[in-house]
Amino acid sequence: MTAPTAAGCAAPDQSAPLPASLDLEKETVITGQVLAESGEPVAGAYVRLLDSTGEFTAEVVTSPTGQFRFFAAPGNWTLRALSRHGNGDTAVTANRGINEVSVTVA
Amino acid sequence: MSRDTALVSAEWAEKNLGAPGVVFVEVDEDTSAYDTGHIAGAVKLDWKTDLQDQVRRDFVNKTQFEALLSERGIGNDDVVVLYGGNNNWFAAYAYWYFKLYGHRDVKLLDGGRKKWELDARPLVNDAVTRPATQYVASEPDTSIRAFRDEVVAAIGTKNLVDVRSPDEFAGRLLAPAHLPQEQAQRAGHIPTAISVPWSKAANEDGTFKSDDELRKIYADAGLDDGKETIAYCRIGERSSHSWFVLQELLGHPNVKNYDGSWTEYGSLVGVPVALGDEPGEA
Repeated sequence: MTAPTAAGCAAPDQSAPLPASLDLEKETVITGQVLAESGEPVAGAYVRLLDSTGEFTAEVVTSPTGQFRFFAAPGNWTLRALSRHGNGDTAVTANRGINEVSVTVA
Repeated sequence: MSRDTALVSAEWAEKNLGAPGVVFVEVDEDTSAYDTGHIAGAVKLDWKTDLQDQVRRDFVNKTQFEALLSERGIGNDDVVVLYGGNNNWFAAYAYWYFKLYGHRDVKLLDGGRKKWELDARPLVNDAVTRPATQYVASEPDTSIRAFRDEVVAAIGTKNLVDVRSPDEFAGRLLAPAHLPQEQAQRAGHIPTAISVPWSKAANEDGTFKSDDELRKIYADAGLDDGKETIAYCRIGERSSHSWFVLQELLGHPNVKNYDGSWTEYGSLVGVPVALGDEPGEA
C-alpha cells in the first residue's frame, strides 16, 4: 500500500500507521473499530461517514482487525457500518486531533 | 443508452461467469483488494498505473490503450463488465474511458464489489490469464470529456454539476474524508455549479437508485434539461459515476466529465472560486 497522494482517491489501508507528515493540530481524525455484538472485531465491514444532515461524506473498508479511519472536520458526524453480520450506527462529536469511537453491528 | 444496456445486476453477473465473450474487469486505484479475492475470471485494471500516463498528467493515449487491452486479453467484440470498490467510482471512470475509446459493449456491475461482498457471493484468488488480442481503439471521443477552458467558459451558461460531498463543495473540506485534508489547491467550487453529491444517486449498498428517483434528484437540484452539462469532482472518478447516471442511465445528451476536476481547477491562477453552500454568481 502506498501513502495517499494528492492525485489519489482510493481508501488507504486502514491498519497502516498515521502518516508521519500528518499534522494533528490541523486534522480531525475519526478512528475506531467495528465490533460484532460479541465484541469481536468485524473485518471487511463498509463504514460510511455521514455529515450532520445525514449526507454521505466518505466510506472505507475495515482492516483485518476491524479498524477504520477518517480525516474529517470538527463537528457532528454519524458513522454507519454495513456488514454481512448486520448494520449499525454511532453518532460522534469530533474535535481536532484523534477521536476514537466504535460501531457495533447486529 | 439506458439501464438495460449499461448496467447488469449481481444475479446476472453470477450467472454469466465464464460465459464466452463476456470479460469481467475489476478496476481500482488500490488493487490490493483484487489480489485477496476477485470475481472468478476477472482481470484487473489499476486506475493509477494502467489508465494514467506515468509522466504527463493525462490519460494513456490510443496506442497505449490498445496495448493495455490487447495484453489483458480484451477483444473489440467482448462484452466488458466493469466493477470495483469505492462504490464503483473507478469502474465508472473506466466505463467512461472505454466509451471514450469507442468500445462497443461495456457495462457496469450494479453495486460493484460492495454489493457482491455484502451478498456473500463467491470471490476467488486464482491468477487470471487470457490470450492476448489485437485490440483496436477509436480516436478519443471528446464529446464526453471536458477540458479546463470550456469549464471556465461554462460558468453561468451550461449546467455545472459538482458531485463532491457538501463540505467539499462549500470549501469546508478539501478531499473526501478518508484522505488527509492538506492539499495544494484552494477550497470551494466553480461559481454557478449546483451541488449534487454522487452519493445521492446510489443506495447504501452501492446500487443505483431507480430512474424515477434519479430524475427527481437532478430536477430538484435545478439541472436545466435544455442545457449541456459538465460534471466534476476532485480527480474525475466520482464525476464519472454521475456522468454514467446522467448520460447512460437517464439518457441525457451532451454530458461531459471534467476529469481535471477540482485538483486542476482549484490550482488555476485567476479563475473565480465560490465558497459556501450556494452556487454563487457568474
